[in-house]
Amino acid sequence: MKQRRTISIVAGTCLILSLAAASLVLHHADKVRPQATLDEVLFLSSPKVIKRASLGYDGLAACLYWTRAVQYFGGRHETYAPSYNLLAPLLEITTHLDPHLVVAYEFGSTFLASKPPHGAGQPDRAIDLMEFGIRNNPDNWRLYYDLGFVYYMELKDYKKAADAFERGSRVPNAHPFLKVLAAQMAQHAGEYETARMLWSAAYQTSQDHQIRENAVEHLRGLRVDEDVEHLREAVTRFSQRTGHPPASMAELAAAEGLRGVPVDPDGHPYKLTPEGRVEVRVPDDFPFATNGLPPGYKPQPKFHEHF
Amino acid sequence: MRARIAHIASNTFREAVRDRVLYNLIAFALLLSGAAILVGQISIEIEKLVVINLGLTAVSLFGVVIAIFIGIGLVSKEIEKRTLYTVLSRPVRRWEFIIGKFFGLAGTLVVNAFLMAVGVFLALFYVSHKFVRADALILVALYFIILEFLIICSLALLFSSFSSPLLSAVFAFSLFVIGSFAEDLRNFAGMAHGISRWLATGAAYLVPNFSAFNVISSIAHEQPVAGQIILQNTLYALFYAAMALSGAVLIFERRDLK
Repeated sequence: MKQRRTISIVAGTCLILSLAAASLVLHHADKVRPQATLDEVLFLSSPKVIKRASLGYDGLAACLYWTRAVQYFGGRHETYAPSYNLLAPLLEITTHLDPHLVVAYEFGSTFLASKPPHGAGQPDRAIDLMEFGIRNNPDNWRLYYDLGFVYYMELKDYKKAADAFERGSRVPNAHPFLKVLAAQMAQHAGEYETARMLWSAAYQTSQDHQIRENAVEHLRGLRVDEDVEHLREAVTRFSQRTGHPPASMAELAAAEGLRGVPVDPDGHPYKLTPEGRVEVRVPDDFPFATNGLPPGYKPQPKFHEHF
Repeated sequence: MRARIAHIASNTFREAVRDRVLYNLIAFALLLSGAAILVGQISIEIEKLVVINLGLTAVSLFGVVIAIFIGIGLVSKEIEKRTLYTVLSRPVRRWEFIIGKFFGLAGTLVVNAFLMAVGVFLALFYVSHKFVRADALILVALYFIILEFLIICSLALLFSSFSSPLLSAVFAFSLFVIGSFAEDLRNFAGMAHGISRWLATGAAYLVPNFSAFNVISSIAHEQPVAGQIILQNTLYALFYAAMALSGAVLIFERRDLK
C-alpha cells in the first residue's frame, strides 16, 4: 500500500515536472526558430470543396474561416505588410460557406480594396465579393453602399458608383443618403465633400470597430489634405504678393487674417519649410493623408492593439 | 408488451448513463460552448453566430458519435456478455428487445442533447446578456438534430444486429457522411442518363438525407423554418427510422444466437 502511494507521488511529480520542462523548451524554441509560414498557405482553396468537406456544418466552418481572415489581416496589418495574398480567398471561402455573413462583405469592401499597406489593393476582387453578397442578400442596402464606395474611392468610376448607390436606394428601408450619393456621383461634385460624406456614413452605419477606426483615420487624413491644400494656395498668394515665401506659419496666418497658426486634427501646428512647403509635424499620425508629407516619407510600422 | 419494451429501454438508458464516456462527451461539449465565447472575442461581430453555430454543431456531432458508438454495441455487447440469453429466456420477444434498445438509446440522446442545449443557451445569454424571440428558433434546430439522432440510432442498431461492432461503426459513420452528401447525389442523378440515373436516384433515396435536417446556419441568421418543413422532416425521420428498425428486427429474428 505504502509502496503504491510512493509510486503515485513520484509519477505525479514526474508528470508535472515533465510538462513544465516541455513547455519551457517549446517556449524557448519558439523564440529561436524562424516564424512558421503556415499562415501563408491555404491547403484547401476551393470554397466548394470546403463546403462539402464541412458535412453540412458550414455555418461553423464559415465562422472559423472568418476568424482566420480577421486574424490574418490583423497580423499582417500590424507589420505594414506589402501584400495580403490570402485575404481575398479567405473572404471568398467564408462567404461561400455562409452567404449571409454580411460583416465579411463589409470588411472585404474596405480592406480588400484599399491600397497596401492598408489593404490588399484588389478592388476587382472586392467588387466580385460585393456582387456575390448582393446576389445572396439583395435586400441589404449596405452592400450596395459598400460596392459604390469601392467604385468611387478606389477606381474613381463615378458612373458605376452612381449605379451602385442608385440600386441600393431602391431597396426597401434603404438609408436616404444613398440617393444623395447617387446624385453627387453623377455630378462628380466636391471631391473632399463627397469623400467626407462617404467615410462619415461608413463610420455611422458600421458596428465593427476596425471599420469605424479606419473611417476615422480617413476623415483625419481628409482634413489634413484639405487644410494643406488651402495653406498651399495661401503660400502661393503670399509669394505672388510679396515676391518671396512667408518666413513662418505665423507670418502667413497674419497675412491671411487667420486667428492663429493653423493646426492639424491632433492640435499640432502645421509646419512651413524654408522652401515654402506645408507639412504636418507627425506624418505617422495621419496614415491616409496624401498632402503635407515630407518628400520621400515612408510610413513606419506601428502596433495595432485591436488585432 | 409495452412494459417489457419500457423496461429494456430504461435499462439501456441506465447502462448508457453509467458509461463514463457519455459524461466526458457532455463535459467536452459544454467546454466547446465555452470556447465559442473565446472565438467570438477574437473575431468580429459574430459572437452570437459562433455560439449558435459551434454550440449546435457540438450537440449534433457529439450526439452522432454517441449514437454510433453506443448503438453499435447494443446487441453485440449483450451477446458477448451472454446477458442476451437471460433476457430472451424470459417472455421477451426479439423485436421487443430491439425496439426497447432503440428507445433507450434515443432517450439517452435526448437527455444528452437537452443538457448540451442548456449549455448553448447559457453561452448565448453570456454573450448577448438577454434572450430575444428569434432565439426560440434554436429549439427548431435542436429538434431537427434529435430527429437526426433517431435515424442514426436505428441505423446503428440495424448494423449491430448482424455485424461486428467495428464494422457496424464503419457502416454507420459512412452512411452519416454519405447522407450529408445526399443533395449532391440527387443533383448527380438529375444530370445522369439511362441506368446511371436510375441507380443514382435509387441511392439518393436509399441513404438518409441528413442535409435536410441541418438548419443550424440559417437559424444562426434568425431565418425561420417553415412549419411544413418541420412536419415533413418529422415524418421523414420517423419513416426512415421505422424502416431501419424493421430491417434490424427482420435480421435479428432470423439470427442464429447459438
